[in-house]
Amino acid sequence: MNAPLGTTGLILDEPLLWERGRPGRRGACLPPADVPPSPLDPELCGDGPDFPDLSEVDLVRHFTRLSTWNYGVDTGFYPLGSCTMKYNPKTHERQAALKGFAAAHPLLPASLCQGALQLIWELERDLAAITGMDAVSLQPAAGAHGELAGMLVIHAHHQHQGHQRAKIIIPDTAHGTNPASAALCGYRPVAVASGPEGVLEPAAIEAVMDEETAGIMVTNPNTLGLFETHIREIAAIVHAKGGLVYADGANLNAVMGIVDMAAIGVDVIHLNLHKTFATPHGGGGPGSGPICVRRQLEPYLPVPRVVKDGDQYHLETDRPLSIGRMGSFHGHFGVMVKAYSYIRSMGADGLRRASELAVLNANYLKEKLKQDFHLAYDRPCMHECVFSDRRQAPFKVTTLDMAKRLMDYGFHPPTIYFPLVVHGAIMIEPTETESKEDLDRFVTAMRAIAEEARTEPETVKSAPRYTKVRRLDEVTAARKPCLVG
Amino acid sequence: MRYLPHTPEEIQEMLAVVGAESLDQLFFPIPPACRRQSALELPAPLSEWALDARMDALAARTAVAPQAKVFLGAGSYDHFIPAAVDALAGRSEFLTAYTPYQPEISQGTLQAIYEYQTLACRLMGTEVATASHYDGATALAEALLMAIRKTGHRRVAVSRLVHPHYRQVAATYLHPAGYEIVELPYRPDGTTDLSTVEAEPDLAAVAIQSPNFFGCIEDLAAGAAAAKGVGALLVAGFTEALAYGLLKSPASQGAEIVAGEGQSLGLPRSFGGPGLGMLGTRQAHVRSLPGRLVGKTVDQEGRQGFVLTLATREQHIRRERATSNICTNNSHCALRAVMYMAALGGTGFRELAVLNHDKAAYLKQALAAAGHRVPFTRPIFNEFVVDFGTGFEAVHRRLQDAGIVAGLPLEADYPELAGCYLLCATETASRQDLDLLVKEVSR
Ligand SMILES: Cc1ncc(COP(=O)(O)O)c(C=O)c1O
Repeated sequence: MNAPLGTTGLILDEPLLWERGRPGRRGACLPPADVPPSPLDPELCGDGPDFPDLSEVDLVRHFTRLSTWNYGVDTGFYPLGSCTMKYNPKTHERQAALKGFAAAHPLLPASLCQGALQLIWELERDLAAITGMDAVSLQPAAGAHGELAGMLVIHAHHQHQGHQRAKIIIPDTAHGTNPASAALCGYRPVAVASGPEGVLEPAAIEAVMDEETAGIMVTNPNTLGLFETHIREIAAIVHAKGGLVYADGANLNAVMGIVDMAAIGVDVIHLNLHKTFATPHGGGGPGSGPICVRRQLEPYLPVPRVVKDGDQYHLETDRPLSIGRMGSFHGHFGVMVKAYSYIRSMGADGLRRASELAVLNANYLKEKLKQDFHLAYDRPCMHECVFSDRRQAPFKVTTLDMAKRLMDYGFHPPTIYFPLVVHGAIMIEPTETESKEDLDRFVTAMRAIAEEARTEPETVKSAPRYTKVRRLDEVTAARKPCLVG
Repeated sequence: MRYLPHTPEEIQEMLAVVGAESLDQLFFPIPPACRRQSALELPAPLSEWALDARMDALAARTAVAPQAKVFLGAGSYDHFIPAAVDALAGRSEFLTAYTPYQPEISQGTLQAIYEYQTLACRLMGTEVATASHYDGATALAEALLMAIRKTGHRRVAVSRLVHPHYRQVAATYLHPAGYEIVELPYRPDGTTDLSTVEAEPDLAAVAIQSPNFFGCIEDLAAGAAAAKGVGALLVAGFTEALAYGLLKSPASQGAEIVAGEGQSLGLPRSFGGPGLGMLGTRQAHVRSLPGRLVGKTVDQEGRQGFVLTLATREQHIRRERATSNICTNNSHCALRAVMYMAALGGTGFRELAVLNHDKAAYLKQALAAAGHRVPFTRPIFNEFVVDFGTGFEAVHRRLQDAGIVAGLPLEADYPELAGCYLLCATETASRQDLDLLVKEVSR
């Protein structure tokens, strides 16, 4: 593959925003001043911010040109492991932009926002059904925020039991947000290693679980793309010592309609609507990270709660055991509208089929690539699989090099160097919305890169070549930070 | 299903490669006891047009302009959003990308966020600003945690005139780890009473919001002096970013950390979220900042480019010792904000801020002239408190039924202010709307 497909063409230059425009230009209209001016005490006034003045055309050109330097799911295959970069349906944007949603003030009296409250209430019920849990709060703004909310629920539970605990068990495969969220509640993470099969072993949990341990945070399927097969036993061990089981549901996309989270012993789980439920990631958010809990933990959920009374909905804040408020208002409602649209478009069978095909796609890629790349755990996987650069190491070609080279072939790279337990990890999550021919094209590119690593490693090590910029000097960026222009 | 491309033949071909007989068999690693016993129970799937109908019906059941006249601010503001902002932000190259972990194919997001950070600094007066936080309340909570890290003190003083929700979120974030929050009372003029600060030992931060929850403009310089006097940092909060088109910036008055809500910068209210948490500080504190930062650098050929930087503060490297647990933030909201700030430009932003002030001042004056008491004398930006009296509840409800929301009752959060309402007027309220409100509440 000498002429990489789909990656040649025009790359435009574009200066920084403030290098465009002229003072006095205007890119937006103001309404007429129909009231008399009322000058404010000059003591209180500043000069106004020094923003560049642009015309609407300046503005449109600038950001349109910037957008062409980005790669999104709409551009092509985006197998970023742990991130579930599935297709984001266009109809979701239409729904979230409806005036009755987009223009709704969050403090409207309940009688004037029944539609919004109903949507939240129904989405909570849908997510409860999908997870098998009893109660849901949509307040958390992203996955990590859901983790914090869930940890706070666990913290509040122990407080209410009359004995606060000091530690929490977190497997070494966990995402960095897990220990960081636990630490915000004052919990000290206790790391446990997964066993040779890539899953947690009950004995390892038994060895560390005690009555000073608040519980366990476990990602299932885990970040190696493997189902935690001993989860019920592990949950029993944790429960026996009065602990609770927190599940990081970032990987729910593998098991919708398949696994019942309550049945496997989970007490609290957060979901990422911006992964599993097809809301766009927006180049880094906004997301939405609802938490789902079992009945006995419902009193601790964040306030306000949406309550249905007859056919009317209202918000309740008077919940004495609640962990309190998590954000300014009711969470990322605009994101909820999209997730709701997704669930209502897919239905029960559609969601299960999505999980089945996500798992099929991952296993297909795993089989197709394992000849050329070292598979960290050669077992049937769930929705993602983790390779490493071990086979390329003799040629001094690393995971980073191969990730960069994939860009030259027109693909977004997989997640790299995570999970930390796999040296040089290459974590591939295709998702269900990718067709077989797109997967095959990706396989062709990956194999070509494996071949290049053997025969012309410099090509891989000097990649990418066809992108807007080549490898960037991240060391200097961190050593002498330039964060403002 | 139109999002699932697999044909039955392809599924069979792929299963053969995998060595499974059926899709169901792919799940054999999951023990039977972990499986669901029955199918999910969800409403039947909707076609695209049926979904439109359902969503139209739900959306029709909220009160929005022009049918409704909603004079509410309190952390969520009605500002006109130019179509160009929606069109540009809607470009799927921005919308459907992940966090820019791979800078070579994410320069669009990265340069735009660098530009956002720059304009955010120019607005707040800070030397650096983060790439975004979830919203104003969580940004403020993170700012307080940052002050605790910086000073080593475990207590913070928060004005009672900080948005009540923001104070509640601060409590949610700070209490479990054992940090203490003391409240600063307010004075009869509607600003924070700083006189108790000097008696408070071991304060990490003094947090004041300006314009405050009553809409009054605070004396941040006095707040900074009071904080400094006890070795604490002034954390300046805000809910209405547009105010700084007109007012002196918070950092220029001595705020060490500035944290607030950027919803006014081109984001729809969207029933309260997503918004935009803004957070800035001085260069000297940069390594204590929570959240993502974009920095400028060069590529191997010397060309300008942008990367996520100073990641050693963050959870994916530092895990439990990170400065925050945040990962996904509100990047697309920051993108909208920079587009909006650029659409208005410095000149337009100033004019818009002035217009907001004029509208609110007009309404305030008209209500006073109609005989309503305006309890707080301090100057305001675009919202203010009116005392309609305790009998007003029935009128408020009647107007509500007619689609007019005559402000936010303050009694729930400020029991001493029974009968008082917080009203907001932005550029979207015409003089006619304002006159109508005055007439209706004065009948
Ligand atoms: C396994 C896992 N847990 C938690 C998170 C955190 O989610 P978010 O980025 O939405 O905060 C992520 C995503 O980055 C993840 O992959």
